[in-house]
Order: sequence, then structure tokens, then C-alpha cells
Amino acid sequence: MAAKSIISRPVYGTLSPQPGKHHLFVADAEGALAISDLAAKAPAGFFRDAHIIFIPGRDGKHVAALEALNPVQFHQGPSFASALPRLKQTLANAHMGLRLYLAGTEGLIGQAMQAALEAGIDHTSIQTEHRGSLARRVQCVHCKGITENVTTQPATCSHCGLLLLVRDHYSRRLAAFQGVCINAEDRSEIPPTEEIFR
Amino acid sequence: MGITFRKETFRDDFTFRNSPEHIRRFPFPFHEDSYMYAVNIEPHVVGPKGSVLENLIDVDEHYVAEMQDRALVLAEDPLRCQSLPHMTLAGWDLLELLMEQQALGYPEHFTLARDGDRWRWINRPLGIDDTFTFGDVSTLPYGPMEYITRQSQGDFCILDQRDGNLWMDAGMVTTQADWSLDFDIGMNFFEWHAPVPLAHEKGIFTRALKFLTNIQQGKPARRLNWTMTINPRLDTSPENYHKWGPDRTTVTPENVGEKVHLRVELQSFWRLPRSNGIVFPIRCYLIKMDELVTQPKWARRLHRVIRDLPEELANYKGLTRYRPTLVEWLSKLDDGSPTSPGFGPD
Repeated sequence: MAAKSIISRPVYGTLSPQPGKHHLFVADAEGALAISDLAAKAPAGFFRDAHIIFIPGRDGKHVAALEALNPVQFHQGPSFASALPRLKQTLANAHMGLRLYLAGTEGLIGQAMQAALEAGIDHTSIQTEHRGSLARRVQCVHCKGITENVTTQPATCSHCGLLLLVRDHYSRRLAAFQGVCINAEDRSEIPPTEEIFR
Repeated sequence: MGITFRKETFRDDFTFRNSPEHIRRFPFPFHEDSYMYAVNIEPHVVGPKGSVLENLIDVDEHYVAEMQDRALVLAEDPLRCQSLPHMTLAGWDLLELLMEQQALGYPEHFTLARDGDRWRWINRPLGIDDTFTFGDVSTLPYGPMEYITRQSQGDFCILDQRDGNLWMDAGMVTTQADWSLDFDIGMNFFEWHAPVPLAHEKGIFTRALKFLTNIQQGKPARRLNWTMTINPRLDTSPENYHKWGPDRTTVTPENVGEKVHLRVELQSFWRLPRSNGIVFPIRCYLIKMDELVTQPKWARRLHRVIRDLPEELANYKGLTRYRPTLVEWLSKLDDGSPTSPGFGPD
């Protein structure tokens, strides 16, 4: 879990079964373990109304465990971007009583929440649980480019190349942390790079 | 007679100046010889003639040049002006407020004529004469918020009120002190203030939110905030920080008076009648040290404030690099004699 910090930084909880008619899960990698833990607490038949969208990532693990929950729909996507149209269509066709559960990396939770916000779902009604990497999705405030999987402080913008201070300031709308040039005043000042978001 | 609008720039050759009358009316933000955060909110009522509070929406000699600078910023980066889809009605509310206030305060420069929903707006300094239908977006060249805030000094944030909170859901922000509308749009009051040090722990934002959500129509409120800027640059956005940041390394004992500027924000808060939103104009006033120290009381007081400012605040305001040079320069104008209470010059 991430250390306590500023108020705009998202706070994640632990998934738990919610009353509802349909249950939509979006998870990546070790996020699958959060779904398994929820399943252990869920009433019988809970997954009969469940749809799981899962992005296993490079390890390719946990697929069988999720399939064993027998959700009415299961989708394995090669990346979040490729699963996004399916998620958007599901949200667009959803009715009252849909509950949304997001688990895994911050980038996955943030981007799935972004799609949910655009579909009119209140962020406080969404269950989230952070599992796995602490890597951040960072928006460069200068060129507006998004750099994925940032693990270092400072980090180099993968678009404009500026050296960025990765702030805790977070935008749900952009699903990104803010990156601001760390040596804007004097480019010759290069602070040491540390890997802190692993 | 009216205002004589200056031809000047806030970039490149930086020809911005205040006339002697405008130096005297500068909203100096320190009422005592030290500074710490406080919920310094008071009713926004009309103040003395000749002050920036003579009218509730102030128009001054920098009006035309500031509007030209805004147009340059927007041409470069249109995301400085954004309005989420549910905020259009609040934009009309703001258009009405600013047209009414500017026409009321400066009839020689602005005229608003209304015939039902058919409105005619004449803005003489900018050479605008438009007739449009109030509430019909297709009759204006921009959305209502963008249209009127391209003709009004200061940044404008429109806050939606719901769930006991205020949400930054629309704004025109081109003269900001280092915060990004594009990043913060859609955030609630606590979230967009998240990076501010010390104030959360002091409960400042909880109290401020309580006050703001209770603001009533026709009873606006105001507060002052301040920072410092090197060169009279209006666009000190984070977007362009890598362009203006190096200015902070250019301060020397010889150029403090010309380069270092006190930047004061007159923030006001108004309930909007149709949308129930709050509009939050952030009006920026700049004054260079050479101009400020023509008032000996302000020179003495500013020296003491900057010298004694807590380190965290100095860092947050971006003063750290040039503070010693500035304090040394100001110290020569401080003979240690007492300063009179209150903001105004002696």
C-alpha cells in the first residue's frame, strides 16, 4: 500500500461484495487476488450476475482462478487499451443496480474509473483495491503527454524529455499524477534518480 | 474622461508599468509586519473612491493590454479555458454579472442594453459591439464564459455546488500563480487545494468551504492572496514553468527594483442566480519593487514580511532562490521605525 500523503491522492480500500443486481469487475495482474479474496466472502451465486474483465499482463497468471468463479461473462484482454471499448460498451448499456469493482495497479484502477466517471458513475460508489506495482501514470504538465509505468523520482517525460518531479497531486479525470519539470529554473541541476514507485 | 489604457506587454520586452495613481491604489496585502495563512474573508462591498474596491469588478489602466495577453495565451493553449458540459448555465450567469458590473462602474467604456432576451453589449476599449440572445449559445462567437472572460481582467473559476462541496468545473485561467486548470478541472475544493502546505492541518480549508457554500446571492465576499513574480509576467502557468522558471535565477542586487514584482490576487466569491454555482474571480495586480518602495511604509513592512516568512511558505511561493538578494535590497529601506496599522500607504 502507498504511504499516506495529500488529499487529492486516491485512497484504496478492500473489495467487498455489495448489494446490487450486476457486478462488473475490472482487474489486472495481482488484482485477480483481490477478486479471489472477495469471492471467499461473497454469498452463494454472487458471480452468476458478474462480468470480469481481466488483463493478466506479462506473467499471464490467475486466469484459471478467475474462470473458476464461473462469472456469467469473462473476458481476458491483452492490454487495458484493448479492453476499453468493451468496458465502455458495458457501462453505456448498464442499468441501475450495477456495482463496479476495480483491482490491481493504480494505472488500471485510474483508467477504469475514468471510463466510469464518463459514464456518469459517482467515484465514491466504486469499490477499489490496490494490488501489485506502485508504478504511476504521469501527465507531463508541459507537453500533456502521458508516461505509463513510472517507477522513478524524478522521471523523464517519454514525450518532451523534460526531467519531471512526480507529484502526489492526482486527477481522476485524467487518471494521472502530475509531473512538473524539477529543474526548470536551472537545467544544470540534476537531482539523483531513485526508484521509489515499484 | 475615463481611463487611459496603457500600451504595454507582459512578456518579451516587459513594458508593463503602473502610473503613480495606480501605485497609490495598489492592493497591498499586509496589514501588519508579518504573514501567516488565515481565513481572511470579508464582505465584498464597495470601498473608497480611487481604490481598487471603488467598483466590485475593477477595470484599470492595464485592461486592454491584459486582454491582448490573454488572447495570446489562448491561441497557444486553448485548454486554459474549459467548461464541463453541465456548466453552460453558470457561464450565462457570469456573462450577466460581468456585463452588469462593468457597465455600472464604467459607463463611458461599456454599455449593456437589454430588450427581453435580446441584449446589446458595447465594449469601447476593445472595439466590440455585439447583439445576441441571452441563453442562446449560437448567437455568440464563443461560449458565454469564454466570451465575457476574454473581456474581463483576472482569472475566473466557476464552482458547482453539490454534495456539500464545491467542484472546479469551469474556468478561464491565463494569469495564474502556478496551478493548472487543465489538471484540476473536475476536482473538489479539498482536492484542488491538496498541494498547499500547512493550511490543511490548520483547518483553513474546512472553514473556508463552510463559508463559501453559504454565500448568498447579492452578498459577495473577498480575500487577498499574494506571491512574487520575476518580471511582470501574467502567464506564470505550470504549463510554461520551464520557460519562465529560469527568470528566478536572473535577480541581482542591481536589478531587484525592476525585476522583482509583488503579485497580489484579489479573490472574490459570488453566488450565481440561475445555476446556484459560485464564481471565483482571481484578479491579479502586479507592482515592481521600484514602484512599491515609493511608499516608505510598504517598503519597511515588505522587508519584515519577506525576511520572517516561514521556510515552507517561501518554498511554496517559489521565493527561495532570490529571497536573500531581495531581503538585502529591502533592508536598506527599513530604518526600523514602526509602521502604522492597516494596508494603505501613509
